[in-house]
Amino acid sequence: MANITDLGVAEIRDGFRAKDFSAREVAGAFNDAVAGAEALNCFIVTTPEKALEAADAADSALAAGTAGPLAGVPLGIKDLFCTKGVQSTAASHILEGFTPTYESTVSGKLLEAGAGMLGKLNMDQFAMGSSNETSYFGNVVSPWRRNDGGNTPMSPGGSSGGTSSAIAAHIVPAATGTDTGGSIRQPAAFTGICGMKPTYGRCSRWGIVAFASSLDQAGPMARSVKDCAILLEAMAGYDPKDSTSLDEPVPSWETALSGDLTGKKIGIPKEYRVDNMPEEIDALWKQGTEWLKDAGAEIVEVSLPHTKYALPAYYIIAPAEASANLARYDGVRYGLRELPDGANLQDMYAATRAAGFGEEVKRRIMIGTYVLSAGFYDAYYTQAQKVRTLIVRDFDNAWAQCDYLLTPTAPSAAFGLGDLSDDPIAMYLNDVFTVPSSLAGLPAIAVPGGLDKQGLPLGLQVIGKALDEQGVFNAGLALEERAGFSARAEKWW
Amino acid sequence: MVSEYRIQGETGEWEVVIGLEVHAQITSKAKLFSGASTEFGSEPNCNVSLVDAAMPGMLPVVNGECIRQAVRTGLALNAQINLWSRFDRKNYFYADLPQGYQISQLYHPIVGEGAIDVPLDEKDPDGEVKTIGIERLHVEQDAGKLMHDQHPTMSYVDLNRSGVALMEIVSRPDMGSPAEAAAYVRKLRSILRYVGSCDGNMEQGSMRADVNVSVRKPGGELGTRTETKNVNSMRFIQQVVETEARRQVDLIEDGGTVVQETRLFDPDKGETRSMRSKEDAHDYRYFPDPDLLPVELTEEFVAEARASLPELPDAKRHRYEQELGLSAYNAAVLTAEAETARWFEALLTESAAAQKASEADVAKPAANWLISELFGALNRLGKNLDESPVSHEHGAELLALVADGTLSGTLAKQVFEIMLETGDAPAEIVEEKGLKQTSDTGAIETVIADILAANADKVEEYRGGKDKLFGFFVGQTMKAMAGKANPQVVNELLRKALDG
Repeated sequence: MANITDLGVAEIRDGFRAKDFSAREVAGAFNDAVAGAEALNCFIVTTPEKALEAADAADSALAAGTAGPLAGVPLGIKDLFCTKGVQSTAASHILEGFTPTYESTVSGKLLEAGAGMLGKLNMDQFAMGSSNETSYFGNVVSPWRRNDGGNTPMSPGGSSGGTSSAIAAHIVPAATGTDTGGSIRQPAAFTGICGMKPTYGRCSRWGIVAFASSLDQAGPMARSVKDCAILLEAMAGYDPKDSTSLDEPVPSWETALSGDLTGKKIGIPKEYRVDNMPEEIDALWKQGTEWLKDAGAEIVEVSLPHTKYALPAYYIIAPAEASANLARYDGVRYGLRELPDGANLQDMYAATRAAGFGEEVKRRIMIGTYVLSAGFYDAYYTQAQKVRTLIVRDFDNAWAQCDYLLTPTAPSAAFGLGDLSDDPIAMYLNDVFTVPSSLAGLPAIAVPGGLDKQGLPLGLQVIGKALDEQGVFNAGLALEERAGFSARAEKWW
Repeated sequence: MVSEYRIQGETGEWEVVIGLEVHAQITSKAKLFSGASTEFGSEPNCNVSLVDAAMPGMLPVVNGECIRQAVRTGLALNAQINLWSRFDRKNYFYADLPQGYQISQLYHPIVGEGAIDVPLDEKDPDGEVKTIGIERLHVEQDAGKLMHDQHPTMSYVDLNRSGVALMEIVSRPDMGSPAEAAAYVRKLRSILRYVGSCDGNMEQGSMRADVNVSVRKPGGELGTRTETKNVNSMRFIQQVVETEARRQVDLIEDGGTVVQETRLFDPDKGETRSMRSKEDAHDYRYFPDPDLLPVELTEEFVAEARASLPELPDAKRHRYEQELGLSAYNAAVLTAEAETARWFEALLTESAAAQKASEADVAKPAANWLISELFGALNRLGKNLDESPVSHEHGAELLALVADGTLSGTLAKQVFEIMLETGDAPAEIVEEKGLKQTSDTGAIETVIADILAANADKVEEYRGGKDKLFGFFVGQTMKAMAGKANPQVVNELLRKALDG
């Protein structure tokens, strides 16, 4: 039998039910893998005892015939999710030591389904970043390295970089991510795994530390499309505690998975050919088109004319919302409090927030504050909202011609840690292909397509219509089946 | 119509222009965006949910009842109901504001333009009224409360109020005197209490006003206004207008300029003082709250809200005058407070039933008794109507005993005093104390005969033309009968015996 830690969600679930192994064995194997991968810095907190506890419960439940759909499967949980009794920091100093008395709806649903928790995954601070370098708890390192023989530590992408790195390193079978402008899809592409951002409102945001409320969505990350489908089924669903959650039934995505795209039309948006995009990404995109044709789909060129305004609009809307969402971290009720001698309330706010937030978070709070300020609001915020409406319209028009869109996931392969950290604009450009569908609230999946010359993974993205997660999974599956991506990072940690 | 209130300055007369922003706490068991209780007077920080404390990842969910109450209030203010409205975040840092923003409605309030009629002389409700425009009504969260007296160097925060639903009702600058401002608030309060959307309790902070005041030469250009925050009684509202208008006039006449600023009222000193000027004003960076969907109402929802409205004070007052034949003053007194009208109507229903008469037939004595007897007594006892020792059932019974001649007016007063003390039913009291009026002519004639015999000299005088002595004989008879004789019968029989 294969090494347990090489198994994905479906395989663990099925093997556990077939009694090939116990849940406790699975949890133990992953706990060991986690403990042995400290060099990757994937976790802020590990919870081996929680994983074992859930495993024991799963083993008993199986014996009693009451095992849930995810019984026996241990998962990583991104640190943006509040987890009851376990420190939840959003990788920030300001929330260091904060232990919620409540469980986020999404992580709660996973635990309810029988999953266990291996720990809280590192990430960019408050989900702001594309490289995992903004974490207060140190950057995550990707298990991948260039094939140049050098040992340059590579970025796992971000913000769900602890998640992507841990999955790629096989120290967790799957984990939760969150995506605001690409935070699931870009790290998935950087590490050769799958990541699904569902339709905005599919997953409850309740208990997830808010970054940009109108964009934030939780989603699954795993090593296969099928595993993503299984996880999303458990994560999704209407939650009356989140006014923006969708009151829609959750289909059985796993059951209806099919890579046959006969009769489907795939749109290739011409505006996604950006300057300076590596030739290999363009080549992979063409290859992906061929794969989907092979799966029975018809290919059409479509236009999303406002694409170039998406990134600037995103970097107005998301910081604007963040500037208000992060106002609650003020040192008054929980988390860090800096109280210099003789400080008054304003001094305490200033000192606490200066010490508690990282540079990127401060930058976005300042951008957000600026674009909402009197005299600038219309020029920035109002304008950005108009752009958002146009982006939505672009997609609506595209759906008149096709069922899904195929694009690269990111404009480059993973970069070395530190390569872009002095250039926020270059960093923001990482989201160029993922941001438009975020602004439109559409489901999109990242699927690994191959390796570039440096031996680093490249990903393809399928974007679908609102609520058509099934179609997105199916197109993703068609790509996955044909890409046959089996490369994995050689263990160095 | 222009108010005649003027401030006398050295350079002549000044007119005052007043606009009010009234914050009214919506009557609701739960807060605007969380399930936490809104009970007043709980221990600090006992009515606080995770949402109210703005814990990480917590989300607001709008309380539909608060929306319904705001719509009902808008309808009662004759205002436009906006079927599409939206919540915005008003951003500022303060320790009593856990989220770092207040959820309010700036751009798209739930209620638009409306108006209410305010009597200029409350003693003459059918006299001249002034129509005060309502600019808008919107729904927002209240903040918590800082407590500065718990620790020598620190302030404590009580979040019980944090997230409680408020309606902010913004008037047009249509008021021209302290009395008009107070009359407007009184009328508004009355309507809110009728509707049941706010208890109007100013002492507990359920209702408070931001008072905007400016002055100008009569008919001149509008002056710069100041806004005095959180004024929490009718008296203070009037004081703020008076002192602030006077301050502005003095300032301008001394060569100064009024600056647009926020001021605070100090009730101890009776003056306002600057809190922050326009230059220091917050930039609240309002933007739509992305955690909440727009509030979309259907016509059916609004129709149901309208159907749920009770008869409002003006309509009720007119009906009391026209259908019940009450005086304008009595009708106004009885309708000013929803509780009074409810009590009166219960009394009316029971009186009509007890006397087998129509409500219109029993309305006047019922109104008179309630206003002069019961209100007088409650005033004396320092009690509210809802604490009255006399129930409306017993009140109706008492009125019926008067109407059927069982009790004279004098006896009724005696019985009423006992009712106030004991809370007993009047019939029981009459029975027990033997206070029943007698119309037994035989008994009365016997007493009269004795009295005439004992006062033969006075009888002579009377018969000799001293008419005034008639009252003496009535008094003697009543006294001999311990006040229980029917005065009408006594009169008749005395005339017969004396003039016979």
